[in-house]
Amino acid sequence: MSGHSHRTPDGFAAQAREALGDRTLTQAMRRVTDLFAERRAAALETVPDWQELRQQARAIKLHTLARLDHYLAQFAGAAAKNGAIVHWAEDAAAACRIVGELAQVHRATRLVKSKSMATEEIHLNAALAAAGTEPVETDLGEWIIQLAGEMPSHIIVPAIHKTRQQISELFVDKLGVAPSDEPTVLAAEARERLRQHFAEADMGISGVNFGVAETGTILVLENEGNARMTTTLPKVHVAVMGIEKVIPRFADLEVFLRLLPRSGTGQHLTSYQSLLTGPDVGVPGRAGQGPRELHLVLLDNGRANIAVDETMRETLACIRCGACLNACPVYQSVGGHAYGAVYPGPIGAILTPQLQGMHQAAALPFASSLCGACKDVCPVQIDIPSLLLELRKRAVEGEAPGAAPAKRAAFEALTWKLWAWFVRSPGRYRFAAAMARLGDKLPLVKRLLPPMRAWASSRALPRLAKRPFRAGHKDGGS
Amino acid sequence: MPAPRPSRDVALFATCLGDQLFPGVVEATVTVLERAGCAVRFDPRQTCCGQPAFNSGYWREARQVARHFLDVFERADAVVAPSGSCVAMLHRFPQLFADEPDVAARAAALAHKTFELSSFLVRELGVTDLGARFDARVGWHDACHGLRELGVRDEPRTLLAAVQGLELVELRTRESCCGFGGTFSVKLPEVSTAMLDHKLDEVMEAPIDVLAAIDGSCLMQLHGRLERRGARVRTMHLAEVLASR
Ligand code: SF4
Repeated sequence: MSGHSHRTPDGFAAQAREALGDRTLTQAMRRVTDLFAERRAAALETVPDWQELRQQARAIKLHTLARLDHYLAQFAGAAAKNGAIVHWAEDAAAACRIVGELAQVHRATRLVKSKSMATEEIHLNAALAAAGTEPVETDLGEWIIQLAGEMPSHIIVPAIHKTRQQISELFVDKLGVAPSDEPTVLAAEARERLRQHFAEADMGISGVNFGVAETGTILVLENEGNARMTTTLPKVHVAVMGIEKVIPRFADLEVFLRLLPRSGTGQHLTSYQSLLTGPDVGVPGRAGQGPRELHLVLLDNGRANIAVDETMRETLACIRCGACLNACPVYQSVGGHAYGAVYPGPIGAILTPQLQGMHQAAALPFASSLCGACKDVCPVQIDIPSLLLELRKRAVEGEAPGAAPAKRAAFEALTWKLWAWFVRSPGRYRFAAAMARLGDKLPLVKRLLPPMRAWASSRALPRLAKRPFRAGHKDGGS
Repeated sequence: MPAPRPSRDVALFATCLGDQLFPGVVEATVTVLERAGCAVRFDPRQTCCGQPAFNSGYWREARQVARHFLDVFERADAVVAPSGSCVAMLHRFPQLFADEPDVAARAAALAHKTFELSSFLVRELGVTDLGARFDARVGWHDACHGLRELGVRDEPRTLLAAVQGLELVELRTRESCCGFGGTFSVKLPEVSTAMLDHKLDEVMEAPIDVLAAIDGSCLMQLHGRLERRGARVRTMHLAEVLASR
């Protein structure tokens, strides 16, 4: 499989069909999402106050988002006081430019990077590659994806769609190593190569899981130790942080640290938690620890608009744990690439249309059966089904910024208008039902109506009852 | 059979699907409610709750239909429907009428007294044994909206446990969505069917004769595919099981 850059959010239907045709992919998705869901369930059993924790986390996030300006200013001030250099990036282009210039100024040619969705969102690697300094991904999964020239298909398990066999073939092809599908052999091979990159790197790029306003501290969570090295070995560390990642107090971290790893991978805690408070400023006794320069790139890229939209604001409460992906029957069936965007699954279906605009992603809010499994597992209780419904309305009513009424919409809108006209009056409803009964006798009608055809492509069509229930209850009693 | 039965006036909401496609389910609902001591009334002015348009993003159209629903049912003591999904829609009326607080308030009051059948029987009436007999092994499908929006999980099981001759078989995929999702089922038929097959792969191997649920829409989806796959498992609504003797 190649780069898939042709995939788009609005291409969901075709991309989902393509995914469903790939048995290796669908089986891998099922297996892995089932596994993560099981681990999550097991990890939850050890936390009796799980629901309270979720409520606390939600409250902290919503409180912060309602006063985002205030907490961001506090965070930036505290970070600057610690010696970090804070940059504000209004959009993806600005963020990429800032990081690119930093690489240039420091004559950094060997860049290492740890896993970060914000940098995926702004396509940082592509931008830096264009300038001749593509960073090396150091998270094993991300590194595999980078080798393969693909996009991650899960927000915490980027190579979730790849089987061991496929990874082995990739290594043979790109690294010229002997074939092996032993995970330990593959991992050792990767570690060997990555160690070399760390030793030589002159700049490290990371994301941020949480930024603490009162202390200016950032927290980076991971399991392989690669983010620890990325953020401490090179002399310059650049952290790209979505502005919604800020939380008020250091003590708030406790709540999120208990929720996030359990929700995501089913771990009680990730193997590494790196708390970074400013660069190495030569304090006696602490000199030589960490980078000489720490840059924080605070990324808006559409977030500020979401924060002021009271109905949609809770989208930004997401802590990117990935639980909603693992729980989603659509995601489980088609995987992440079908969503044609950096953020897949339920969170992607609400986030992508808001970040990229409804004109590019109106299909995604409809890529859901509204089963609600996402809401059930979300550690910050984001009401994803309600937000999907709101976005559907905006897609239809053209309320969303940049929304153009879709082409199919004219006919569809007329259909719903007629439907409502018939159904809001008992007389017309009876009449329409009688007409439908006539139509039901004509096989041709069923073959011609697109929804009927779509249904019948895999399922026996239901028949209208000979007599509706109401026919026996004209008197109003029973 | 437990003797004293509380008497309740119940306005029956047949749901448009029940009315037009599954009148047998609605008849069974009436039977069950009457056995539980209710006086059941069917107002023929009723049509639909508006959910199809609401879920498709056509809120203006949904509001027109929802308003009619309000007019018809507002004065009832209690409204009962053989569906979790339609009742859950009532709880979405405040979202639908967010710009009209007075209508939203009326809707919230109505939602408060509108019940899915099994939760009405168990939670409201405290009835668990309807004196039913049904000799079959039954697999249960936890329909999404009932389960996650109304919290209906134990009520149907409590009722089924009292049915003589019935053996309830718990499925591993009992809480997996059947893939219906309204227009989702015809807009993304392949995805819908993939979700459905995931569930049916287990159903078809399971030692069950009947797959049952509280929602006609799920059953329509499940039945349509079971028939296409040539399965011998039948689908039944909870009301039909409970009305059996
Ligand atoms: S929406 Fe909730 S469940 Fe999904 S990734 Fe974000 S925090 Fe996790």
